[in-house]
Amino acid sequence: MNALDVVLVDAGGTNMGSVRYALERLGVGAEVSGDAQRIAGATHVILPGVGAAGPGMQRLREAGLIDVLRGLSQPVLGVCLGMQLLFEHSGEGDTTCLGIVPGQVRRIEGDAQRRVPHMGWNRLDVLADDPLLAGIGADAHAYFVHSYAVASGAHTLASTDYGTAIAAVVRHRNFHGMQFHPERSAAVGARLLRNFLGI
Amino acid sequence: MLTRRLIPCLDVRDGKVVKGVRFRDHAVVGDIVDLALRYRDEGADELVFYDITASPQGRSVDRAWVERVARVIDIPFCVAGGIRDVDAARQVLHAGADKISINSPALERPSLIDELAAAFGVQCVVVGIDSLREDDGEWRVRQYTGDPGRMQALARRTLDWVVEVQRRGAGEIVLNCMDADGVRCGYDIEQLAAVRSCCGVPLVASGGAGNPGHFLEVFRLADADAALAASVFHSGAIRIPDLKRCLADSQVEVRP
Repeated sequence: MNALDVVLVDAGGTNMGSVRYALERLGVGAEVSGDAQRIAGATHVILPGVGAAGPGMQRLREAGLIDVLRGLSQPVLGVCLGMQLLFEHSGEGDTTCLGIVPGQVRRIEGDAQRRVPHMGWNRLDVLADDPLLAGIGADAHAYFVHSYAVASGAHTLASTDYGTAIAAVVRHRNFHGMQFHPERSAAVGARLLRNFLGI
Repeated sequence: MLTRRLIPCLDVRDGKVVKGVRFRDHAVVGDIVDLALRYRDEGADELVFYDITASPQGRSVDRAWVERVARVIDIPFCVAGGIRDVDAARQVLHAGADKISINSPALERPSLIDELAAAFGVQCVVVGIDSLREDDGEWRVRQYTGDPGRMQALARRTLDWVVEVQRRGAGEIVLNCMDADGVRCGYDIEQLAAVRSCCGVPLVASGGAGNPGHFLEVFRLADADAALAASVFHSGAIRIPDLKRCLADSQVEVRP
């Protein structure tokens, strides 16, 4: 993977370090950048993110990155909030998102069985054959922690069951998203990150 | 289906993992990174590190070991100990922790919970509650439990505090049942079930694990989302792969 040039978009999320360390464990260095040219020139772009949709979009707007991100043609991966920002709109703070992937982000409706946030290891149900999911078996679990989600739909490659089917892995053109945290999902997460870097 | 989590708890003092009985008499168990790696390899679902002396000493967590752990560990981990403002929390989260847990500082100043939730989102704000049944039959919270000389009994009822911390933005609650802690006679099912009934966020049971049956009970009878334990894991009395097999055989969903 020597020719890789991975850039982590600085969207103010607190999991930046964890994602960078996860890549390091795969032997891949990554630069954290908020610079439009640097991001546009990378071979792979990762948009991490922990926090709320409103401040996340605000940060991208202030850094002048909205159009840059929309225009990327190399493989892009949004993680957790970073995935949600790829969609059209989030119910979290009534936020207009990047609008790259069709769909809406809505609050998870809790009940006596389903606590919110959806927190912990849940199984991935693979729905589509895609290079991103190579080697992901029928009993693969990933670590989720989120209160907002996208319903499983047209662009969903893998879903997870939390009363309803939630989009866990999505892809639309060159834009990929993971609602869970691959950087904290043990061997399954490492495999998914490796798959992404191989695209 | 969301699985039930097994969480080894590592009490940290002066950069080493220690363990006491009923919150007293701490002995060194091992190095932080060594133990973290061991539990990760055994299939722990998450780790919690409590810097047990930070809060009583009025200082925050040492971020150097948080960073060391974050580099090698690929499962989520939570850090607790003396985090009393947004800046201290940011330090720990930026060092690579996935969640921060606050206990005594939240009792000192409950609006800290609101501030942390606003700054980082509820998903990384865990509130730890040390609770004890008193002579009148009420469960009440304790403060500064890391230091027997400074521990304080508060008038606050545990169930009231559970409701308040959720309203303020706690994304998860860890209930340490102090009567049960370290004595391996089982989780305090009655108290955990009472807390469960007013807890809509994930609930982590803590204190009292002694055998695999205790874990089965806390998931079945108290509907806890996760079970935390220290001594039974540190001593090797319960091995996580064996425990997971036992739970799976009893139809409790666990991560393979």
